[in-house]
Amino acid sequence: MQAPDLDSLAGIPLDEEGPVFREPWQAQAFALVLKLHEQGLFTWAEWAERLNRAIAAARDQGDPDLGNTYYHHWLAALESIAADKDLVTAETLARRKDQVREEHQRLHGHSH
Amino acid sequence: MAGSSHRAPLSDVQLRVRALESLLIEKGVVNRETLDGIIDHFENKVGPHIGAGIVARAWTDPDFKARLLDDASATLAELGYTGIEGSHMVVVENTDRIHNLVVCTLCSCYPWPVLGLPPNWYKSTPYRAKAVRDPRGLLKEFGLELSEETEVRVWDSNAEIRYLVLPRRPQGTEHMSEAELQEIVTRDSMVGTGLALLQQ
Repeated sequence: MQAPDLDSLAGIPLDEEGPVFREPWQAQAFALVLKLHEQGLFTWAEWAERLNRAIAAARDQGDPDLGNTYYHHWLAALESIAADKDLVTAETLARRKDQVREEHQRLHGHSH
Repeated sequence: MAGSSHRAPLSDVQLRVRALESLLIEKGVVNRETLDGIIDHFENKVGPHIGAGIVARAWTDPDFKARLLDDASATLAELGYTGIEGSHMVVVENTDRIHNLVVCTLCSCYPWPVLGLPPNWYKSTPYRAKAVRDPRGLLKEFGLELSEETEVRVWDSNAEIRYLVLPRRPQGTEHMSEAELQEIVTRDSMVGTGLALLQQ
């Protein structure tokens, strides 16, 4: 697999071995962006711009942006770029989100 | 704990990632295998080496082991391993009479803060079904033949409780350091589908 130029992505939590994830969903969101970029759906410059916009928007809403919310911004940027590239509309996404939630509740709606 | 604590619903971000991922997979823009490959590649921070370190310490530090078996969540939190919000960690010890096996029959709950992301077989229906129906048969498929006298205990993980197996320390490892011991603790041995083995 070709390693992306992670240094060009401002602010990504990194150590000498690579990106640092605190939870699996962060790795999932990271992998999606990598893959979409690999497919040529956007350039890293385009992505960085989108991500910075998401971070700025969050700051405007009072996020101190200490690094712990980095992947929240990442995900917001991913959703917005996916909508702009006609991959997934906000409506489709909202519907699917409800389905995922219901499915999860169905699977976990049991007492132990 | 039975039925008392709330069930952990998926967080908003978890829902959003899952929704987006499933839609992009359906559209054929990405596929599950490559995504899993990328995640595996980068998930080098949270992985089975963490669990292996905990096991190696438990083998060499009786006081730590006692605390771990007594209250794994608190003991691991002391070491900075938290992150399973709303759920508890329980460590179950293998002995010469008991072999523990972990499964999640409903989905794929897994002690990921100490083992990383679950392997695909753990998420598969055959594994989840057979672990309950025929655990000995399942263990044979993993190349593990237990004696008749060994009791197999199956632990069903859920959103509230996640289990980690403390495998037996192999014989002939008395001279080994904690760091060396960590190397022989495999992921499977901490799920119960394998043993910690001394490389011959």
